[in-house]
Amino acid sequence: MFTKLFAPFDRDATPRYRALREEARARFATLPLPTVRSEDWRFTNIAPLAETSFELPNALMESGPAAPKNKLQFHFLNGRFAPAISSPVPSSISIGSLANAPSSLPLVGKIADVRANAFTALNASFVADGLYVTIPDDVILETPIEIIHYARSDEKPVVIQPRTLIVIGKNARATVVERYFGGQTYFTNAVTEITLSDYGVLDHVKVQEESVSAYHIANTQVVMAAKSNFTTHYLSLGGALVRNEVRVRFDGEHAEATVNGLYLADGKQHMDNFTVIDHAQPNCASHELYKGILDGKSHGVFNGKIFVRKDAQKTDAKQTNKVLLLSDDATINTKPQLEIFADDVKCTHGATIGQLDATQLFYLQSRGIPLEPARRLLTFAFANDIVNRVKIEAIRAEMETRIVR
Amino acid sequence: MLTIRNLHAKVADKDILRGINLTVKSGEVHAIMGPNGSGKSTLAGVLTGKDAFEVTEGEVLFEGKNLLDMKPEERAGEGIFLAFQYPVEIPGVTNNYFLRASVNSVRKYRGEPELDAAAFLKLVKAKAKVLHMPEDLLKRAVNEGFSGGEKKRNEIFQMAVLEPKLCILDETDSGLDIDAMKAVAEGVNALRSKDRAMIVITHYQRLLDHIVPDFVHVLSEGRIVKTGGKGLALELEAHGYDPIKAGMATV
Ligand SMILES: Nc1ncnc2c1ncn2[C@@H]1O[C@H](COP(=O)(O)OP(=O)(O)OP(=O)(O)O)[C@@H](O)[C@H]1O
Ligand SMILES: [Mg+2]
Repeated sequence: MFTKLFAPFDRDATPRYRALREEARARFATLPLPTVRSEDWRFTNIAPLAETSFELPNALMESGPAAPKNKLQFHFLNGRFAPAISSPVPSSISIGSLANAPSSLPLVGKIADVRANAFTALNASFVADGLYVTIPDDVILETPIEIIHYARSDEKPVVIQPRTLIVIGKNARATVVERYFGGQTYFTNAVTEITLSDYGVLDHVKVQEESVSAYHIANTQVVMAAKSNFTTHYLSLGGALVRNEVRVRFDGEHAEATVNGLYLADGKQHMDNFTVIDHAQPNCASHELYKGILDGKSHGVFNGKIFVRKDAQKTDAKQTNKVLLLSDDATINTKPQLEIFADDVKCTHGATIGQLDATQLFYLQSRGIPLEPARRLLTFAFANDIVNRVKIEAIRAEMETRIVR
Repeated sequence: MLTIRNLHAKVADKDILRGINLTVKSGEVHAIMGPNGSGKSTLAGVLTGKDAFEVTEGEVLFEGKNLLDMKPEERAGEGIFLAFQYPVEIPGVTNNYFLRASVNSVRKYRGEPELDAAAFLKLVKAKAKVLHMPEDLLKRAVNEGFSGGEKKRNEIFQMAVLEPKLCILDETDSGLDIDAMKAVAEGVNALRSKDRAMIVITHYQRLLDHIVPDFVHVLSEGRIVKTGGKGLALELEAHGYDPIKAGMATV
């Protein structure tokens, strides 16, 4: 059904990525959309998405205030870069639409392999206008780069294919926030490619607050060189059907990755978190902490794969998944998957599923806090060890407001 | 202020309180003593609305209102405070955050305006000083990793901030070193006033040296079996509960 969109898309799109698009489309034609019979999608039925007919989005007016001077905000409206409401780019770094990316940036499509899965191939079938971010060697950027995607369907449901490429140079440091929100029923199929050179540091945050009837499928794929450091906080709040994939591959030694996620679901929301940490090199460390808060009839999934390759000695990998069930009708499926082929490694994983603690609730009530706020306070307490690790104060405050009030 | 009449309560189908009668007037301090398992904490739990306890008979009036009909948070709003025998740890919520939520909930219940961050901080600092409460404890998660004594002190600190009308202290003295005991007693005594009443549950005379009670009650097997003045605690300290139990048997 997406194939009918290829030709109309190409009429407006830069020919620059035509070869990549063609390769991806050829691949997409051979890759069926996943069903619950595919091992990696066992708990997530995408039938509602597969049965919806999506259109290419209309261009939205670039309205709204200009980006504040002290911020680095880059807006996309229905998948199109909106320079008029985005920030000017400081000369020390390089940011812009992929359509205008320097030719010295050959990495588009090199990190997220279009052969790997149908949605990544689908995204690449529409590459034209994503965002590239390049932090040159030795540049330390304090101001977070915010990439803001807004989508809206006016009549028929639309599909947007956000694409981001983040290149962190040697010894460079940056913070990148991806934000997704919108209105009505639409489908966000996002791919974010990230590469870090030696000693590069990236603090990545994703705030997903799509509309409650939206579909959100995202693949964040990271390749890390020696001694680099990558952190992500994947915060999922919105969407009807959500699949968050994070794939990290160690390509050099002594690198460290922290992959944290918090997902909050209510009503009939479905949130699937799928992570792959590939210890392809020795002496690397990965720390993974996912927390889910499920209310109503929501459904959560956590599937965490850790591969430790034969030569990846001295790997230190830790994975923890904790779930708080706020209602009897909410369900969770968790599946840790550790495949370890090296012998001198430290790998641990653990999962807990629990409910709010009655003793704690009574303690709060006995101090005058009514039951509902007490429940929210304890829910926030549960979320807090993820929220507290987010370095951006405004996002911490936003999460607190979302959960406590 | 508080009237308990023929109160019976059970937990998990076991009768624990078996006809308690007690009247507490404002300004008074009542000590409750009694053997382990006699029902002291159960009484405190029933007064504060812990739902594990089922009241099967009797009534409790607080300032003329039927206490047993109220939710725990409403009782707190009315001015009842329990310093728990076993304070609860709440990882992920700082003491300050918790206390502000508590203070503002109680104020809201009473129709008073909420305190803003600055006003709250001022209040907390003043109270922390009186109780020699280290300020770093306020920034830590509620009771998480607190020593036994720190937890007890934290209870009294919350009490000082909330300024309840009826303070119930459940073995606040156990686990306190001598200095902490003095600090806690000072804090409690600072709260003593003609408008406020206290029920102090304890096993030891030690605390009652500092917080001198007007009445001492002995609770045994779910009933108050003896009531006396402050001298009764000294008697118990010297002879234990056996003579009282023996006396009961002969009645
Ligand atoms: N949830 C419960 N389930 C079963 N029994 C309970 C429960 N709570 C209390 N009890 C029982 O009720 C009785 C009274 O307990 P309570 O805690 O009131 O005693 P206490 O007088 O405070 O004792 P202590 O001096 O040891 O603190 C005990 O026998 C205890 O085991
Ligand atoms: Mg007790």
